[in-house]
Amino acid sequence: MSSPHDVVITGIGLVSSLGEGPDAHWQKLTQLGQKPVLEAARFAPYTVHPLPQIDWNLQIAKRGDQRQMETWQRLGTYAAGLALDDAGIKGNDELCTTMDMVVAAGGGERDEAVDADILAASESRNDRDVLLNEKLTTELRPTLFLAQLSNLLAGNISIVHKVTGSSRTFMGEEGAGVAAVETAAARIRSGQSTHILVGGAFQTEHSDMLLGYELAGYLHRGSWKPVWQRQGAEGGGVVSGSGGAFLVLEQREHATSRGRKIYAELGPVVSGRARRSRGELDAGIAALLKQAAPPNGKLLAISGASGAHAATSAEKAALDAVEAISARGFATLTGHMKEAQFPFGVALAALAVDRKAAYPVFDATAEKPFDGIPASVLATAIGYHQFEGMALVNAA
Amino acid sequence: MANFTDHMGRPVVAVTGIGVVTSLGVGKADNWAALTSGKSGIHPITRFPVDHLNTRISGMVDFLASSSKGASPLTYELAETAAREAMAESGLDSGDFGGPLFLASPPVELDWHERFALYNSDKQDSGAERLLRVARGLKELDVFETTQFGSIADRLADRFGTRGLPITLSTACASGATAIQLGVEAIRRGECDRALSIGADGSATAEALIRFSLLSALSTHNDNPEKASKPFSKDRDGFVLAEGSGALVLESLEAALARGASVLGILSGCGEKADDFHRTRSKPDGSPAIAAVRAALADAGLGEDEIDYVNAHGTSTPENDKMEHLSLSTVFGERIGSMPISSNKSMIGHTLSAAGAVEAAFSLMTMRESVIPPTINYDNPDPAIVLDVVPNKKRDAQVRTVLSNSFGFGGQNTCLVMAREPV
Repeated sequence: MSSPHDVVITGIGLVSSLGEGPDAHWQKLTQLGQKPVLEAARFAPYTVHPLPQIDWNLQIAKRGDQRQMETWQRLGTYAAGLALDDAGIKGNDELCTTMDMVVAAGGGERDEAVDADILAASESRNDRDVLLNEKLTTELRPTLFLAQLSNLLAGNISIVHKVTGSSRTFMGEEGAGVAAVETAAARIRSGQSTHILVGGAFQTEHSDMLLGYELAGYLHRGSWKPVWQRQGAEGGGVVSGSGGAFLVLEQREHATSRGRKIYAELGPVVSGRARRSRGELDAGIAALLKQAAPPNGKLLAISGASGAHAATSAEKAALDAVEAISARGFATLTGHMKEAQFPFGVALAALAVDRKAAYPVFDATAEKPFDGIPASVLATAIGYHQFEGMALVNAA
Repeated sequence: MANFTDHMGRPVVAVTGIGVVTSLGVGKADNWAALTSGKSGIHPITRFPVDHLNTRISGMVDFLASSSKGASPLTYELAETAAREAMAESGLDSGDFGGPLFLASPPVELDWHERFALYNSDKQDSGAERLLRVARGLKELDVFETTQFGSIADRLADRFGTRGLPITLSTACASGATAIQLGVEAIRRGECDRALSIGADGSATAEALIRFSLLSALSTHNDNPEKASKPFSKDRDGFVLAEGSGALVLESLEAALARGASVLGILSGCGEKADDFHRTRSKPDGSPAIAAVRAALADAGLGEDEIDYVNAHGTSTPENDKMEHLSLSTVFGERIGSMPISSNKSMIGHTLSAAGAVEAAFSLMTMRESVIPPTINYDNPDPAIVLDVVPNKKRDAQVRTVLSNSFGFGGQNTCLVMAREPV
């Protein structure tokens, strides 16, 4: 039963190696046998899914604004613009100034040349702290700091798209994306907000972004494999991708009163923090599945599995244990987009519900077909290292 | 019999535990004694060499075990120390809190000392390639965890037994206030009876200092550190980078009274408004800050004439103090000249991600103790800013309500309204 305070999805902004926008993603992802876009040379031995060609001018009109951002912020601001456009909110002052925002963010890009220079000099210097002062005071670009700050993705969205109702940034890998969607939905359901922009972006084509995984050996090495088939292969299983995903979440009444198309209803959004070192992950995932309360019968699950060995095998076992579930590991085709992973999965779930069709298998050896119309679709994000979340997306 | 719901029918949110750490010391008692005697915690930097630096002073917390161990370990220890104090005061089980955790903390990066150590543990190839190769051979997770944005909150969740996925957030200099706002909202939505909100910042590294310095944001009054932070003064020349933490145990008033807890104050309103003008400057007409103040008052159900004291953002930058004056005088009108408005930052500096939480803690103590901490270093008033800043000496006053402002880089503005008693 729909209610006026339901949370509905009225805008989707997507960017990944596959392209940009919901249509392009739907088209590619529903093509049986779609091949991933891979970059295997630039960061060898690591493979990444690189950004597609983007004309930044389409969403960030001022060159001055573009210059103030590095790729990560530009990407997020761009994806946010796509979502606002899609929801018919962009350029509408009244809707933008009252719109709330929750962004899931990591950090921005450091200056690799400056860092490499300092590291090289550190080989022949014992006074490394002095070296640091010497180099950083003279070689850092003053405004680079602003392009690195986590909360400045949201700041740039306010500046470029004029979203100013409120602005909050959650940090913390996939969990930040889960918490952002969960909090936004809770605010709408309780009447604390009528429309919220929520999402994130991840730009993996930078050594520090790879280092963020590799300090714990999480990255997959060697030849590329689908996300479910990396157990036992060289490395830790994660193949990362650049991308961004933003959603416009809206109170149903608010969306209908302005006559907007509704993609889907956002049902329960649930999250958890299994203490994995104590072996709680299996039970944690099972508990979340129960809380998300999918209806009886066949269920399509859009899995955000990263490929990280332990988390991915736990998730696979949990999904396989439910005969009715057909899972789609979208990281096979987009790579792992960290903070953006969960919003991306929710967006793909909403598209399937809206188009009344399931995605074909992304990996024929590990996934099973789904026939029929998916009325409810599950989206999951089991963090490569910590934190878990799921959402159930229902037909509008 | 207190009302358990507010003017909008939502659960009233009480504070039942307060914890704080600043450069003035650990805990409420030491901090309050220093703050009310007008003592400054700003001192010369000793944590790292200051060669080549324009700013050589700060309000770093140098007396904790992790003070020299990097931003992540210190931020954790600051958060843990403040939360421990708050938890003890609340009387709740400090290992099994049972409510959600909201942590305001600085963005994390691989510490330079770790970067140097990794790099120089090998000789093959160079730059990022070498770092990545060394990284994948590491056998311990310690360094990795300092680079994960969710790890500090994860450890705190273990330590205090908080419930569910902890939220780590950043709204720049407004972060601490946002952490409190998230806790208030969760209780009002009925998701929980209690929440732990912490703001902690131990990120005053050389690189952080240099970054702010390159933006011309920091005071360079190096010769007389305790005089460097001078909010609302004519010769203010930037903020002083500082560290600290504040923690609040928030509970629905009903749950707090039901278990016989002492109510230390009420979190009656939160307001926010983002600025779309510029990455470091606020809109010239002050409209976002004005809207944030008004939203907080409306959320609290209070009129402009019902605020007794303003705990200012008061950073001591030329821009902030001017804009804060503009926005407060717009909201409060003529009354502004006679309202006490003071800046804790004159003594503790700008604790960044922690500031909103630290200053909320001090705001609550101001009401409880009936003493307003002064704005120190107010020797040369800015004639364009006519405010009663409680200059240089504390003031005894009955304070029933406080407005605490937090305005951040990136345009994130959050204001909190607190009250001494439930209505």
